[in-house]
Amino acid sequence: MYQVIEGIISPVNDSYGKKDLAAAKHRVAMVQLALQTSSWIRVDQWESEQKEWIETVKVLRHHYNELLRSLPRRKEATSSRADSEIPTEDIATPAYTAAPELKLLCGADVLKTFQTPNLWKDEHIQEIVEKFGLVCVSRAGHDPKQYISESAILTHYQHNIHLVKNVVQSDLSATAIRQALCQGQSVKYLIPDSVISYIKDHNLYLEESK
Amino acid sequence: MENLENRTEVVLLACGSFNPITNMHLRLFELAKDYMNATGEYNVIKGIISPVGDAYKKKGLISAHHRVVMAELATQTSKWLEVDTWESLHKEWIETAKVLTYHQQRLEARNSDNSELDSASPVLPGGKRKRTGDAQDLSEKKPASQKKGPPQLKLLCGADFLESFGVPNLWKLEDIATIVGKYGLVCITRSGNNAEKFIYESDILWKHRNNIHLVNEWITNDISSTKIRRALRRGQSIRYLVPEPVQQYIEKHNLYSSESEDRNTGCILAPLLKAKQ
Repeated sequence: MYQVIEGIISPVNDSYGKKDLAAAKHRVAMVQLALQTSSWIRVDQWESEQKEWIETVKVLRHHYNELLRSLPRRKEATSSRADSEIPTEDIATPAYTAAPELKLLCGADVLKTFQTPNLWKDEHIQEIVEKFGLVCVSRAGHDPKQYISESAILTHYQHNIHLVKNVVQSDLSATAIRQALCQGQSVKYLIPDSVISYIKDHNLYLEESK
Repeated sequence: MENLENRTEVVLLACGSFNPITNMHLRLFELAKDYMNATGEYNVIKGIISPVGDAYKKKGLISAHHRVVMAELATQTSKWLEVDTWESLHKEWIETAKVLTYHQQRLEARNSDNSELDSASPVLPGGKRKRTGDAQDLSEKKPASQKKGPPQLKLLCGADFLESFGVPNLWKLEDIATIVGKYGLVCITRSGNNAEKFIYESDILWKHRNNIHLVNEWITNDISSTKIRRALRRGQSIRYLVPEPVQQYIEKHNLYSSESEDRNTGCILAPLLKAKQ
């Protein structure tokens, strides 16, 4: 039984170099606006602030370390006792210091990219599914079960790959949104109003890059 | 900036249960507006959401009051969409053709009010009329030949609505003729081919095919009210599928449950009942 306590959105570094990638400061700001009404999801800028692009597994390691570091403090915040009053044997017990598990959340399309030659290091894929785990949401046109069966590593750790069926299927993608914006079409009700205003105010996504 | 004055003004009317209203319903309006405006012929000036009355007796239909409030919450941030309660306030169910007629009459009444005001002296803020005799007044009057007619009223719908014309006893033939002949449809469809085929296979729709605008929904969004209600019964999140204030309202009032889904079980849908009489 799991209880999800936090969601983290980590926008990629600008030096990732993907086509039409707006500046990280904008992408982070838009995520922040989109998450204003969320009580449990937050945006994290560490990845985007690094000097260069970082592999996903390193981002996972970073956030996991952060989680471990914040543990005693978090427990302190929830209990009324001061630090010095906690008996040392209590700190050592797993129940007290149980670290949350950190899982990579992605769409089924990302699972497919594991097959792209040279995109992922095998040892990274292994670490991601072995040490962390995947939560993979269905996406139209993708068959995650098939992708798992086509990979020895994924098959071996399939117990740590949770496939989530989307409540609704939709073609919604950032690519489609950028295309619609280029063509002057409305994207209202597809992305939050606050994000639409931000895009307009900063003249983002006006043209597709050649 | 192009002169929009030469275009035909259009008002889009959407009828339906809106049980609850979802982002998909709202998208239909945006898609229709973009499409009609892009033809260069039309200027969509208003969208009206008209939730059906409780007497429709559809299974799972919760009270019109809540459905209207949710639609109003959903359109708070829109500059051109509004909710109309005329249909929902009636004790008996009203045919869609009659709802169109009602709104057409309202548009015509408002239009003749406006043209009366135009030809009279200009109204100052606060409502007081300026006395005539000013040279400025004459230049503000519109010549009679430029007086605009009321906007064209069109029914906005999805492909399922279009295909419901084929369900036996659901529609009166003369109502279909009124809807597509006198008013016109703007139909958002995922697979244009099916809708085109449906129109081709129907004599009455084929006759008025120029009045049926098919709009392709490239970014498909499978959010249906049925799925929303099912997710709610199962304790699943509907966030980002319906506007934020609608989600909060549903949660606050615990609107959808297995009990609410059982409402009207065993009842005959109002139009089918009417067809039997």
